[in-house]
Amino acid sequence: MIDKIASSVADALAGVRDGATVLIGGFGTAGIPGELIDGLIAQGARDLTVVNNNAGNGDTGLAALLEAGRVRKIICSFPRQADSHVFDALYRSGKLELELVPQGNLAERIRAAGAGIGAFFCPTGFGTELAGQRETREIDGRQYVLEYPIHGDVALIKAERGDRWGNLTYRKAARNFGPVMAMAAKKTIATVHEIAELGTLDPENIVTPGIFVHRLVRIDRVATQAGGFARKAA
Amino acid sequence: MTQMTNSSTTPYTRRTKDELARRVAQDIFDGAVVNLGIGQPTLVANHLPPGREIILHSENGILGMGPAPAAGDEDFDLINAGKQPVTLLPGGAYFHHADSFAMMRGGHLDICVLGAFQVSATGDLANWHTGEPGAIPAVGGAMDLATGAKQTWVMMDLLTKKGESKLVRQCSYPLTGIGCVKRVYSDIATLECTPQGLKLVDTVEGLTREQLEALIGLPVAA
Repeated sequence: MIDKIASSVADALAGVRDGATVLIGGFGTAGIPGELIDGLIAQGARDLTVVNNNAGNGDTGLAALLEAGRVRKIICSFPRQADSHVFDALYRSGKLELELVPQGNLAERIRAAGAGIGAFFCPTGFGTELAGQRETREIDGRQYVLEYPIHGDVALIKAERGDRWGNLTYRKAARNFGPVMAMAAKKTIATVHEIAELGTLDPENIVTPGIFVHRLVRIDRVATQAGGFARKAA
Repeated sequence: MTQMTNSSTTPYTRRTKDELARRVAQDIFDGAVVNLGIGQPTLVANHLPPGREIILHSENGILGMGPAPAAGDEDFDLINAGKQPVTLLPGGAYFHHADSFAMMRGGHLDICVLGAFQVSATGDLANWHTGEPGAIPAVGGAMDLATGAKQTWVMMDLLTKKGESKLVRQCSYPLTGIGCVKRVYSDIATLECTPQGLKLVDTVEGLTREQLEALIGLPVAA
């Protein structure tokens, strides 16, 4: 029998090794797997490379993981924010390496890893600092830069509903990086707010098929009065 | 409107931020799919001409984005690129990040409107990094949008607070994209960037093309 449901966050995160590359979903308040990030801090793995759109906000979640000194390098598109003081201080003191990647290249490099693509030519960033010294090529009169995939050892993502096979659905803009990160890691761990009986998720609406998911943990929902997701849920 | 006096002492009137947003919105055609960058371009959404059906795209996986919800109705699973709560209009859709950026890079997006530090006469854009020592860079989706949308429009004040032109022969700030800006909508004039240089679309009342050329120090074709 296939049963990917973990009894706890700690159980789901067992085996994350020092030096791992960890893909973490989320954009702004939406889709951040906060419970898994807290669990990773408790789990203790260090010398991590973290891939996320941002570099932590305030003092909780990813910012707390950075503050705990567990992260060696961060790959992201938008580290500088009004409340990114933890990242700012670590970066300025040289304690944290930054690889800045245009957001679409970040998503596509992760997708490429999941899809088994060795590298791809992409027009974004051509002629800019962020193209670095990578190979360029003119194809049909347009200029492209060679981009390499970003593989994860672990992906931490937040979904909405899931079943014991690991099939996932998402909620609104909380989907963001979840589906591509799920594809790109050796071990994908997802939180869901509801575990559905196998066969009850509409197969037409499954966004991430269970083949990409290894462990699921159910977590509570923190909702606003209007039924929408509360900011503190992030 | 604010009355300004230029070097030749002829008064002209600058567009306010809302007037500028309205000017940009006038040129967005019925049926267009548009991405409005964070900051000033977001204002354009408040001025879309009635009678035109325009679909707003948000990089974090939304097509058919609607206005902010009423107080108390916020849903933090439904936010825009600036991380503010928004709504979804009937017909709207959600999708993942790789699809969202495929919409840009794949040339499916009709127009994107971005802010800028500098734009060159031939349409090079600098809007992600000042390049100053100690400045923390952040690029987000700016390069993907600028390179991918069918038309990239810039919305900005034409002069810095110090009076220097943000339209330049060659950008001194790090580039976001090369030759990608088609139009610049500013507080005093609207211009097209072409491989041959700047071309005038319109100016505010009281400002001639020659005065504009003197202000920015670049030739502007009629």
